[in-house]
Parts: sequence; structure tokens; C-alpha cells
Amino acid sequence: MSVEIESRECVVRGDGGVVEQLVVNVGPSHPSTHGVCRVIVHLDGEVVTKAEPVIGYLHRGIEKMAENRTYLQVVPLTDRLDYVGSMYANWAYCRALERLAGIRVPERAEYLRVIVCEMQRIASHMMSLGSAAADSGAATMFIYAFDQRERIIELFEELCGARLTYNYVRPGGVSFDVPEGWVETALAFCRTHRAALTEMDRLYFGNVIARDRLKGVGVLSAADAVAWGASGPVARGSGVNFDLRKHDPYSVYPRFDFDVPTGSNGDCYDRARVRLFECYESCRILEQAIAQMEPGPFRTEGLPRLLAPRPGDAYDHIESARGSLGVYLVADGTPRPYRMKVRSPAFCNLALLPMLAEGHMLSDLVVILGSLDPVFGEVDR
Amino acid sequence: MNIPELRDHLCAIHPDLCPLFSIEFGDGVLSVPCEKLYDAAADLRELGFDRLGMVTAVDHGTEFEMVYRLHSRSMSAAIFLKCGVSRDEPRVRSLVDLWPAALWQEREAYDMFGIEFEGHPDLRRILLPEGWEGFPLRKDYCDDRVVRRPDYI
Repeated sequence: MSVEIESRECVVRGDGGVVEQLVVNVGPSHPSTHGVCRVIVHLDGEVVTKAEPVIGYLHRGIEKMAENRTYLQVVPLTDRLDYVGSMYANWAYCRALERLAGIRVPERAEYLRVIVCEMQRIASHMMSLGSAAADSGAATMFIYAFDQRERIIELFEELCGARLTYNYVRPGGVSFDVPEGWVETALAFCRTHRAALTEMDRLYFGNVIARDRLKGVGVLSAADAVAWGASGPVARGSGVNFDLRKHDPYSVYPRFDFDVPTGSNGDCYDRARVRLFECYESCRILEQAIAQMEPGPFRTEGLPRLLAPRPGDAYDHIESARGSLGVYLVADGTPRPYRMKVRSPAFCNLALLPMLAEGHMLSDLVVILGSLDPVFGEVDR
Repeated sequence: MNIPELRDHLCAIHPDLCPLFSIEFGDGVLSVPCEKLYDAAADLRELGFDRLGMVTAVDHGTEFEMVYRLHSRSMSAAIFLKCGVSRDEPRVRSLVDLWPAALWQEREAYDMFGIEFEGHPDLRRILLPEGWEGFPLRKDYCDDRVVRRPDYI
């Protein structure tokens, strides 16, 4: 059983009344914890007075493992960080390494990276929206969202042979060029996806029960979002207009015309809806990137298998589906990283859970956790 | 704001921090002595660096190096704040009261490196279970269960 009572104790409430407080253990294996997350919840009746996340159940020591591998061998490890958005960690790691080793990337590779990462954003947001909706009982939304995600996964499978751990973005480029007919399938997906998004918007966000469950729940103020280092849709849902693609532009993003959707209330509704609107923008970027992409090499030829950058450190980051994903690399002149640190947006966003959950019902805790969209591969690393 | 502009801006407002500023791999880096870390961080926060992006440490063998990455939305600039910490007594002041973002990230640095953050309200392990022995990201950490890959070179 995954929800069990840890203890009962009597506490004196602010108004002088004595209540029995339950301490309940939720997880670590629980259908609505999006992985393996344990939350120790203190309850007054059904109201959460304190929620304390206990993480680390998926800790594999990836930062330590990286110190014992060559620079190229680390790329598959980064797949296992955010496993519903592997392309991002691939890219963030490669950017940090390319900066450290001074590797130039061909333009076609930059476009291919943008294309796969925008598709990954859609796939990841579909996962987030679908599972968060299922947590609050809207199981139909789950099916609609996973249908869309599956089409992208199929395209990725055609591109690089893998459905989850792509190992696609490599130092100096990408592993494969697009196969014949792939670009046309991707464009056709964009057209059908827009219609699906509009349908999902009506189905889920137009539903009165879903609105009741999401609106006004887990409100995060813009000031708190900044102070707590929140990023991605969690920060933008609170009206913090911060997106690395716009505000610290990398790769070829300055060449695209797109908007950064933001919310205004900072509740679960705004966070989820920002994700839906981001999918429209990703479609826009995808179409522009495909139109602008020119034939050419898709990786730098002649890179040695054993890269040994000169001693120093470098940090680079990208906007993943969860926020600012950064990789900090320290080199000591040997072919192995001396230190690799992953600045995980899911980890920083999850730190908000105790603050957001306090004062809400136990059933809202699940909705709030879903709206933060944690992926525990990345939280625990 | 690019890095030279950031340096000029910093030097105009805080001349004492100016000699500590350097540029490494295209990033602005402010290396301060450990006891001045908190004050330097508070100055930078005053200057407009409102986000604490990353807290981590590196074991350089002789000493630990704390690495903080701060970001300013208003200036659209980022800066690294670094300080060396003695290995014998790894102790540094917590930045939690400047940025609550440090709450979990400092716990992680404690968990992995054993660095004590003075003034941290809840300093305990976060990723590893309670009762774990040693600090895994230290270079002298030994665990018999770890299989070391053979050297290829």
C-alpha cells in the first residue's frame, strides 16, 4: 500500500482548539507521483499543514559516473536524466562541451537540433498535460495527449532508432541526417497537431470540473518564482516572462518569430495552459526551421574520439520543457570530465512543493505536484 | 548587457569587487575570499542579480571551490561567483536568506561534498539516504562497490 499513516498526534491549533494531526506517507511508488517521489504529509482533517518531499529514490550518481567516462561516453548518460525529454540533456551537455573544447557546429546540425528539441517540447508537454489531467480524474485527456505524443515518438524512432533515449545530439553535430520523407511527415504532424491542441483546450480547459480543480490551486507569486529559481512553464505561469530561447538566445533561435506565452495567476490552471500554448509556438518554430534549413553537413568531420579539452570550466544552458537546463563542466586536460554538474530545472521547481501545497486539500497535492511537472530522472540524477 | 559592460557597471558601483572580476570562456567570474562571499552575493543581488541559478562545488584536491551562478533578468546578464573553501574545515555562509533557491541546492552540495552551510535552516542529506557514509563527489571518496572502468589510454 502506498499511502499509509505514519503517526497520529494531537496539536493545538491557532484558535486554541485541539485537533488530531495525521502524518501520512504518500509514495514513493504511487500512481500520481510521476515517478518515485515520497511526500510526507501532515494533515489536519483533509487539509495539508505541511508537505515534505523526500527525493533521491532514482539517484544513480550520474555526475559521479561521468567522471569515470570519456567525454563521448557521457552523452548516453545524459539521456537518462530527463527521460521524457532526452534531447534536451543531450544538447545542454554538448553545448557545454563544445564551448569548452571550441568545437564548431555546422548550421544544418543547429537546425536539426532545434527541430528535434521543439518536437520534444511538444511530446514532453503532452506527457505532462495528459498525466496531470489523469491525476485529477480526466482520463480522456490522457488518451488524446498520448496519441499526439506517440506520433512524435514514431518520428524520433524513424530518425535515430530510439523511442526514449535518443543519444541523437552529439558533440559537433547530430548522429543522423533526416531520412527521406521525414520532413514532410513532420510538417503534416504540425497541421494535425494544431487542430488536436484546439480540441484538447476545449476538452480539458473548457471543462467546468477541470477548471474547478485547477483554478486558484497552488498559487505561486511572480516574486517567489524568481526568488526560488523557478524556470520554464512554472515561472511563466506566474507571469515571469523568462525563456532562454528569447532572453539568452542560443543556436539559431534569433532567426525565428515566436511568442512566449505567460500566465497571470500563477495557479495550476495557468501553468498547465502555458504548456498547451507553448505547443502552438513550437509548431511555429518547427515550420520556420524546416523552411530555413539548407542542405549541408550535419556533423563536424574529423573530431577525435578522445576529446581532451584544455583545463578550465564552462557552463551552458538551454530552455528545456521544464525550464533552464544547464550543464557545468570542469576539464583538467585529460579525456574525462573532472566534474560535471547538471543544473536541473525539475529539482529547483520541485523545491516549491511545500510552499504551494500548504493549506490545500490532500487531493490538491496531487494536482500541484503534476503542475510542477517533475521528472525524477532529472530531479535525482 | 555583455561581459565588458557588466564589468564596467560592477566597477563603477563596487570598486572593491573590481579586481576580483575576470573573464573565463566568455563568462564573467567574480572570485572572492570565502569570508566575503555572503557580502559579495548581497551586493550582486542589490545590483539586480535576482535569480540564483546554480549552486555547486568542485573538489580540486587541495581545496573545494564553491560555484554560484547568478542571473539578472533586468540586465540580461549572468555572473559566476566563486570562492575557495578549505578541505579541513569546509564551511561557508548560507545564501538562503538572500535567495530561497539555495535551500535545496545547498543541501545537495552538503550531501555530495560535506560542505557545511552556516545559517542553513535544514541542512541534511537530500539525494542520498540518511546515514550514508562519506561524500561521494569528493575525489578521495572510496566505495568498494564501485566498478572502475579500465583506462583506454
